[in-house]
Amino acid sequence: MAEIASSPSPIAGLETPLWRVRLRLLKRGIRTNLALFSENPIGLVGVAIILFYFSFIIIHPILIKTVWDPVMYNPVTGYDIETPYHPAPPSATHLLGTDPLGRDVLSQLMWSTRSEFILGMVAALVTVIIATSIGALSAYYGGAIDTFFMRLADIVIMMPYITILIVMSALFDLTLPVLALILGLLGGLGGATIIIKSQALTIKVRTYIEAARVAGGGNGHIIWNHIIPNLLPLSFLYMMFAVNSAIASEAVLSFFGLLNIRMSWGLMIYTTSYSGYLLDFSKWWLIFPASVSISMLCAAFYLVGRALDEIVNPRLRKR
Amino acid sequence: MRKYLVTRILQNILTFFLFLTLVYILIDAQPGSYADQYLNDPRLTPDQRAILKSNLGLDRPVLERYFIWLGSALRGDFGISFSNFPRPVLDVIAERAPRTILLFLSATTLSYFIGFLAGKILAWKRGGWGEYVATVGGVGLYTIFLPWFALMMVWFWAYKLKLFPIGKFLNPVLWRNAPVDANYVFNRILVTLFISSVIIFIIFLYARRLDPARRMPVRIVGIGLVLFAALLYWINTGVAMYAADILHHTVLPILTLAVVNFAGTMLLTRNSMLETLREDYIMAARAKGLPDKVVRDKHASRNALLPVVTSFVLAVAFILDGGVITETTFSWPGMGLTLLGAALVEDIPMVIGALVFTGIIALTAHLVADLLYALLDPRIRYS
Repeated sequence: MAEIASSPSPIAGLETPLWRVRLRLLKRGIRTNLALFSENPIGLVGVAIILFYFSFIIIHPILIKTVWDPVMYNPVTGYDIETPYHPAPPSATHLLGTDPLGRDVLSQLMWSTRSEFILGMVAALVTVIIATSIGALSAYYGGAIDTFFMRLADIVIMMPYITILIVMSALFDLTLPVLALILGLLGGLGGATIIIKSQALTIKVRTYIEAARVAGGGNGHIIWNHIIPNLLPLSFLYMMFAVNSAIASEAVLSFFGLLNIRMSWGLMIYTTSYSGYLLDFSKWWLIFPASVSISMLCAAFYLVGRALDEIVNPRLRKR
Repeated sequence: MRKYLVTRILQNILTFFLFLTLVYILIDAQPGSYADQYLNDPRLTPDQRAILKSNLGLDRPVLERYFIWLGSALRGDFGISFSNFPRPVLDVIAERAPRTILLFLSATTLSYFIGFLAGKILAWKRGGWGEYVATVGGVGLYTIFLPWFALMMVWFWAYKLKLFPIGKFLNPVLWRNAPVDANYVFNRILVTLFISSVIIFIIFLYARRLDPARRMPVRIVGIGLVLFAALLYWINTGVAMYAADILHHTVLPILTLAVVNFAGTMLLTRNSMLETLREDYIMAARAKGLPDKVVRDKHASRNALLPVVTSFVLAVAFILDGGVITETTFSWPGMGLTLLGAALVEDIPMVIGALVFTGIIALTAHLVADLLYALLDPRIRYS
């Protein structure tokens, strides 16, 4: 889609300005891709789940402003004095009950959604920026750059993220932004680079790259205007998988109690485990909402990734 | 083939050095150094601090420290674990590593074996609710929050059905008067399992040459004989009760890890099979009038196996991570639990030792996957 957009259409004529033609083509490209995407029920389910959780980010501040008492429903420091025992089962005041420290579970769940999304997005952006630029550069120049980054990718791809992050948590103070950067770096230097590079290699030998070079385009111009735009669909696909792995990693690390953060879904389970309610499934509201949310959001991003995969790789399309 | 083997092993050694270098960079990049918690003791005078520092080698230039570290790492000297105080790190690793290796190997084999079979059958019988359930269930298992899944396994199998113990490695009441230590028994189990699986593998290879009617009986009798021999050996050693206790504790962690990893293999095999089924040689095989089972097992699934073997390289990291989580939720003291425990109390030598050990497992698995791939795909072998 970006490929069409970057080359001027001969039909549109010379009288319309170039940006307008580009915009029109971009619109058409997006429309076809949307049509392809909406044919796929799996992808739509994923989008629906993501939108559902995204709505939490908007609803939580509104609830705090209107219905919920900001002190009692504070996800980190709140405490309900009127309920005699904590953890209390779900009731009208606490729709998902309270945790062992007397805080509202639903409020925690909704409040944490924002940081999950931010973490996922930052990690995915870092992954994609690194992977796309390294992929494009090493495919275009080859030689020593290529060898170095591919050897590095060989190591990174083999290394288990969680193990490395556990090691890092012993050496550094892991806060949410640091974690997002590390996850992005690991993702960007690992598997995504190899796949994006192999895609860049097939783009490099296309005739329009030669045409651009004949027309006098420099290396920087060709990489920036011709190779990278054509890599973007694939990069976007890898963003989805990066979000998925970032959320899962954060949840596991918080569950182990290794992160320095205020509240997250993983930390909610850690609190449960810390207070000794881990195997007490009769108090399901302590562990199920957070666990289900983690699994659902990861599954949603994974499903969207798979659906996008079918659009980006026409090979997989049903015929 | 030999040339490929040699190049691949040399490459692996190079990668191992790169890995050790990265680990050192990681250690050196931390703010301060891990000796600071001792050096910053306010009761130390500046002189004492300087002497301690030079004894630990912290006053030397980075490059020299790097080579000292590399030398000791290659000799297997990772220092002394802070949390298991007088024991060296290598000693702790030697005790716990076989457990993780068993967990890793058995979960991997189980999940790949069943995943491949399931994926093959799914791709062959397209449509229907079976495919729907398998895809949704597969994605669900693939993305499920693993600690939660492990907890549900414990809750269901151990707490509700009481079929298995809730976590831990052995039952201390039973072992109070045991004549041998747990590791002795465990290593024996590992050796028995290894020998039996090699023999079973040879029997399977041998059975492939027989005509199809006799294949199944030969395999069944062979496996039966091997299992019988192993059982006989264990009854004679007199510690069979203890071995059974350890195995009883091991079943649930292996099962959990295998089920989670099985999903990825199944989905991948299915996709790869679907692509293979479109090839011309499948059409040709069908046109020849070969039975469906032969087309599926001989023509399609052999070729569909290639991407699945490649995916193993990626799966290694996933399974190792899964191992850490599983061991932690089951409090099953392998390397994963050791790593986490050490990280929580900032026992850096132990943490680094565990990391290097994990790296060695990952590299070895990578090498094995590559060799297997070369064995399966003649295009690589002869190029």
